[in-house]
Amino acid sequence: MVEAAVKEKKYPGNFRRPYIKAGRHYLEGSEACVEGALVAGLKVYAGYPITPASEIMEHASRRLPQFGGRFIQMEDEISAACALIGASWAGAKAMTATSSPGFSLMQEAISFSIMTETPLLIVDVQRPGPGQGYITTSQEDVMQARYGHHGEGPIIALAPSSVQDMFELTIEAFNLSEKWRTPVLLMVEETVAHLREQLIVPELDTIELIKRKKPQDLNISPETYLPYGHDIVPPMANFGEGYNINHVGLVHSEDGNVSNYSLKVHRENIDRLHQKIEGNVNEIARIESQFLDDCDHVLICYGSVARTGLEAVKEVREVHGIKIGFIRLVTLWPFPEEKLRSLISKVKNVFVPEMNLGMIKHPITEALRDKCDRVISIPEIGALHSPEKLIDQIIKGSTC
Amino acid sequence: MGRVLGAAFTIHEGINSVNTHSYGPESRGGSCRSEVVVSKGEIYYPNVRKADILVALSQPALDTYKRDLKEEGIVLIDPNSVKDVPKSLVCYGVPAMEIAHSVGNVKYLNSVVLGALAALLKSMIKKESLKSAVSENVPPKTIEKNLEAFEKGWTHIMNANMAVAEYEKEN
Repeated sequence: MVEAAVKEKKYPGNFRRPYIKAGRHYLEGSEACVEGALVAGLKVYAGYPITPASEIMEHASRRLPQFGGRFIQMEDEISAACALIGASWAGAKAMTATSSPGFSLMQEAISFSIMTETPLLIVDVQRPGPGQGYITTSQEDVMQARYGHHGEGPIIALAPSSVQDMFELTIEAFNLSEKWRTPVLLMVEETVAHLREQLIVPELDTIELIKRKKPQDLNISPETYLPYGHDIVPPMANFGEGYNINHVGLVHSEDGNVSNYSLKVHRENIDRLHQKIEGNVNEIARIESQFLDDCDHVLICYGSVARTGLEAVKEVREVHGIKIGFIRLVTLWPFPEEKLRSLISKVKNVFVPEMNLGMIKHPITEALRDKCDRVISIPEIGALHSPEKLIDQIIKGSTC
Repeated sequence: MGRVLGAAFTIHEGINSVNTHSYGPESRGGSCRSEVVVSKGEIYYPNVRKADILVALSQPALDTYKRDLKEEGIVLIDPNSVKDVPKSLVCYGVPAMEIAHSVGNVKYLNSVVLGALAALLKSMIKKESLKSAVSENVPPKTIEKNLEAFEKGWTHIMNANMAVAEYEKEN
């Protein structure tokens, strides 16, 4: 698909160094993220630099102009996120990357783009907080991702754990945002953003790319077009294509009208936004698992902690003979409660190591309320758990 | 240096490697550290648990990070910058700064050290793989100088090894 687009010269600009080649590469997570975004069709990057997310911005500034894309350094994170909304409504795939303090500033725009159903990608390379915190690694924004923005707005958030994930999940994030017409968050940690390891790029024409539905594709005329109607995911016209668009953050009816407010209109608006994401959680959310067949205990983790988690689980099984299973949440939000419940019949202990004081532990506890004896949080602040720490905690927890 | 070493293993030898790096307390621009884990199997935990080899290019670096070295681990130092090495460690020295100067610029220091490292790792990785990785990761105009620096680092360690072997033979 991508190759065909290149051959047809659909992409303007100077192709000095086109898409990343299929095959083996040795890249940093940040570079893999940008390369994935370019393959997905990234056209606009607007951002403001911040450690440890700046490498994504730097790489985008080098690469995007080679694709005829637009790179803009904005005056702050608020305007960066808002620029993406404009770019998206003009028809471009748009992204930014920031770190925790900048992510806080973007919350208003995230809420606005949920309400206006604007596809865009925000990468949060998390650092510890509160305040400016520090520049090391963290998973302290996973609740901010879901509840940081105001209002009942569902969100999609993914958690990569390798350089390969940084490439693949960036493409998946763009696909999800286009398919469900919603902002998507890539919740990265400094560990993965700055990691260098192997990246295997598949043949580009085998990569599936999803584009937003447009009224033109569904033979909807400008006269009959409803910018927030027709389907649970409304088709999206670009500005300047002859379709009337009310781009509104106020509660609105299907035609984007805010003046015919009623409780019924309000409820329908919010229910559809909610149902669009939470109602399709089983299609959206992904979970990976190992060793669940015979396990007495299970370790549930996400992001880079999943790397230490798997190493610890393997060692505990092999060396100490403790039957423990491994689950990695690839998707954090919408929370895959049903999928998680279906994987586990009954276990004694659920261990949840996180680089915060226990955040995703809460939805896990709720989901597995009758499936385990207890949920044990293994917190770490400012650094990746060492395998020794996890092994020690698992042994202690499973023997008492 | 970590990136070139990792790329040499992964791209040229097909062996998995993971490279992490960290900033010092002064954030960016302060002391820094780079770690490389190499394995024929999958690498999960990305950091070094106990190091086989430590390259320390300053005295504070050695003092801080020698705790992460295995008991039988090897340390590679620049003897002009690192004076105080615990006697228990197996130590190799390469005057990297001096050699880099003689090649033309201190910037070639990393290539000197990589050459020395290649000699220490010669049972694990082909010299040519590392040389290719150096060529691919330096500015094209400096390839020749970097490879010259690499060869000098390599020769220094190989000569030192020969001297040790001869000394052991005589005694």
